[in-house]
Amino acid sequence: MKVKMLSRNPDNYVRETKLDLQRVPRNYDPALHPFEVPREYIRALNATKLERVFAKPFLASLDGHRDGVNCLAKHPEKLATVLSGACDGEVRIWNLTQRNCIRTIQAHEGFVRGICTRFCGTSFFTVGDDKTVKQWKMDGPGYGDEEEPLHTILGKTVYTGIDHHWKEAVFATCGQQVDIWDEQRTNPICSMTWGFDSISSVKFNPIETFLLGSCASDRNIVLYDMRQATPLKKVILDMRTNTICWNPMEAFIFTAANEDYNLYTFDMRALDTPVMVHMDHVSAVLDVDYSPTGKEFVSASFDKSIRIFPVDKSRSREVYHTKRMQHVICVKWTSDSKYIMCGSDEMNIRLWKANASEKLGLTSREKAAKDYNQKLKEKFQHYPHIKRIARHRHLPKSIYSQIQEQRIMKEARRRKEVNRIKHSKPGSVPLVSEKKKHVVAVVK
Amino acid sequence: METAPKPGKDVPPKKDKLQTKRKKPRRYWEEETVPTTAGASPGPPRNKKNRELRPQRPKNAYILKKSRISKKPQVPKKPREWKNPESQRGLSGAQDPFPGPAPVPVEVVQKFCRIDKSRKLPHSKAKTRSRLEVAEAKEEETSIKAARSELLLAEEPGFLEGEDGEDTAKICQADIVEAVDIASAAKHFDLNLRQFGPYRLNYSRTGRHLAFGGRRGHVAALDWVTKKLMCEINVMEAVRDIRFLHSEALLAVAQNRWLHIYDNQGIELHCIRRCDRVTRLEFLPFHFLLATASETGFLTYLDVSVGKIVAALNARAGRLDVMSQNPYNAVIHLGHSNGTVSLWSPAMKEPLAKILCHRGGVRAVAVDSTGTYMATSGLDHQLKIFDLRGTYQPLSTRTLPHGAGHPAFSQRGLLVAGMGDVVNIWAGQGKASPPSLEQPYLTHRLSGPVHGLQFCPFEDVLGVGHTGGITSMLVPGAGEPNFDGLESNPYRSRKQRQEWEVKALLEKVPAELICLDPRALAEVDVISLEQGKKEQIERLGYDPQAKAPFQPKPKQKGRSSTASLVKRKRKVMDEEHRDKVRQSLQQQHHKEAKAKPTGARPSALDRFVR
Repeated sequence: MKVKMLSRNPDNYVRETKLDLQRVPRNYDPALHPFEVPREYIRALNATKLERVFAKPFLASLDGHRDGVNCLAKHPEKLATVLSGACDGEVRIWNLTQRNCIRTIQAHEGFVRGICTRFCGTSFFTVGDDKTVKQWKMDGPGYGDEEEPLHTILGKTVYTGIDHHWKEAVFATCGQQVDIWDEQRTNPICSMTWGFDSISSVKFNPIETFLLGSCASDRNIVLYDMRQATPLKKVILDMRTNTICWNPMEAFIFTAANEDYNLYTFDMRALDTPVMVHMDHVSAVLDVDYSPTGKEFVSASFDKSIRIFPVDKSRSREVYHTKRMQHVICVKWTSDSKYIMCGSDEMNIRLWKANASEKLGLTSREKAAKDYNQKLKEKFQHYPHIKRIARHRHLPKSIYSQIQEQRIMKEARRRKEVNRIKHSKPGSVPLVSEKKKHVVAVVK
Repeated sequence: METAPKPGKDVPPKKDKLQTKRKKPRRYWEEETVPTTAGASPGPPRNKKNRELRPQRPKNAYILKKSRISKKPQVPKKPREWKNPESQRGLSGAQDPFPGPAPVPVEVVQKFCRIDKSRKLPHSKAKTRSRLEVAEAKEEETSIKAARSELLLAEEPGFLEGEDGEDTAKICQADIVEAVDIASAAKHFDLNLRQFGPYRLNYSRTGRHLAFGGRRGHVAALDWVTKKLMCEINVMEAVRDIRFLHSEALLAVAQNRWLHIYDNQGIELHCIRRCDRVTRLEFLPFHFLLATASETGFLTYLDVSVGKIVAALNARAGRLDVMSQNPYNAVIHLGHSNGTVSLWSPAMKEPLAKILCHRGGVRAVAVDSTGTYMATSGLDHQLKIFDLRGTYQPLSTRTLPHGAGHPAFSQRGLLVAGMGDVVNIWAGQGKASPPSLEQPYLTHRLSGPVHGLQFCPFEDVLGVGHTGGITSMLVPGAGEPNFDGLESNPYRSRKQRQEWEVKALLEKVPAELICLDPRALAEVDVISLEQGKKEQIERLGYDPQAKAPFQPKPKQKGRSSTASLVKRKRKVMDEEHRDKVRQSLQQQHHKEAKAKPTGARPSALDRFVR
């Protein structure tokens, strides 16, 4: 007779002293873990609920400006440093970790229209309503010295925006035309126009660094190549575009913040159809900025809220608002992709978490639990009960009622269209998709 | 390959024989070359130094051990991993005799695999499809990794083997106790409690605690490993059944009139009057439901975490006293006097299924831990094992002289049943196979008729309650050797238990999710999906997912005249139309082939069939 009994040595399963960690032997055999799917589902449900419970994205409000904040800029090398320009011509530099203002400059008379940092982070440029472009040192002046710009360029017309090249000592301004400047000269290297209009913003492409995009108030978005004297092509939309922002990961993709409450993500190779139409705002979209990962972007709107959109989704995943925040004029996603800053009409800059329920400073076990929960949420995201909880957002009454109203309007328009198709000769009324509806023309 | 090690040069011949016999886990690339070359590779001959450095036969013992576990064909490896054998060489120039990751037995991988690869991926958009493929690849990788982690399991299951021709059923408990170590021998004990007899018993989920209740009101709970008594009371009333709730701190006792809940001090916490005349208790640990079957014919589900009755189902079959749960899907099996077994879930007022099992009434029911087999014994003296995987057909049947009572399955698939004062245990071939009823694995005679049987989880022990008291029997190979510390840990401390309790309560599965297939929640709800699609089409007035009609792309200058565009469009449309016709023809053929009665002789009357 050969016999062996199951006989465990308790020493292998019980900790020796109270200072040790408890021993937890694992066996991943599915037979020992029954009800895998229902239990995971419940875990996902709990994780989703907790996510909503802990969704407290608002971190800080930086006050100090004496007029509405008109433009924001990130420091290319220091995460904690942020620059802002206000409507009274004041530029402030902020330290985000200490949440205070470290420097104040009276830069312009009238609005500070645009602000941008040099790629090396040693100086920054501002343009204002006083028809000047000024270059400033990032470090403040010595004790007793006066705040003075490094250079000042006096222009003939008002400049409405500025952006710096990502690698070279070149910057671009816009106003009546797009000017490209060498930092050393007081005259533009070249000026480009396509029709006569006021151009509201100009942006350099971060990957294909010779490319620029601009948007003007005659409803068009124009693309330029710095190496040639004429613009490349333009697309005309239904309404005016306020700003564009290039995707920092995909060279061809940019997103335009439009006056018709929508954002349009374009592939610059095929401008006739946007890749995606992002709808959720209930008022004009004023600014847009990409996350450094290139997967998401944040948009600021006149409806007193900011929204975060995934690039490939037409609906936003998040909306931030507070009672005191008024029309949001500018927004920036920080370079560590964790925070969002927005400047608004009522003179404050607000700092938000990009992930509303993210806990800052995790231990490794917490991180493992977070990753596990994240995966579960992803796995069960389409289950109706979980979807309902994950999607729910509290909205201020003004936005909520606006959404209802616009839904009714949209439904009516759609119904009319369907009826028209139904009662006309088959094929005579074409079915135009939402993406194609808003593009008027592409000109080369 | 002159560098190949010569097998059996300095190894004794007997071992060599063993080697050739157990040569199964050979790497697949060996098949292509001469069998004598072990780590053969088409690379250039190595230098002398390397030859000396190389081990004679690397890790012999390891391979042997591995082969005993698996003996299965290896998982096919992607050939691109071995494309360049040169790169396998380390810095010193010595070649790895077993390059690449260790092979994993297919059977073990299968155990961890959660997707059905025989089903084809649906025709879907390229994006969805690629996402599905990625998910599938990831799933495969995880199952391989999980299978590889099996190596880390510390314990091996027990076994009992007779010498040549010796019947293991003839081995008595005294022999086993004598043969095994002291710690295991201490697990065999008898509690002589003749006064309050016959006893029902229940082990806690960790297998550490034992509760038993005698017909004459004696209720006790103890840590049976250390033999420390937790409580002992007399409820002064007949005890019909006894059951631990989710942990050893709570105890449900079905007494003559009502259901009572005691804590581990023996203090009565609740008296549940809505469950009266309860005959049998079952606790569903993941749902925190206590299922009670009563004499009045009601099956009542009590949620013990909130103290609410979730469902009270009238089985409409008279007195209920045969009940067991399916641990795989938490479905309750009730045996009835008309020979049927009905399957119940609290979400449904009607039984999920009814199985006609016996000619007479059903005496007892048991379901194994994987939910595959159900053992039933009836008043017709038969013991049957049913397949629960959709067919509900009996796999094996045995007629026993006295019939069998109180069957129970162990974690590793042993089946026990009591016949009068004898306990019989049957074993199957492997863990996943049904126990064969031909020959018992073990038998044991007790001092009185059997009244309750349960295998202790994670131990090779069978608890028997009978008129004479409680007997703890040794059954080698009954229990799962490796427990999961986060699921049910026999060695957990109080703090660990408390933490586990909080976790378990947080992920309590709602009662509505109990159904025959516990994975059904992960399937696509096709019906509501199609319904939603239909509604969307109705609302929009068109199908947004419909294939757009073909639009010819403009070609080079001069090549895309209107006529040629129309021609190209026409061509594509015609081809599509032809495809459609072809498909419908094919379908018709299929239908006809199916409809035709195959093999039946044509009758003269067939001509009148329309």
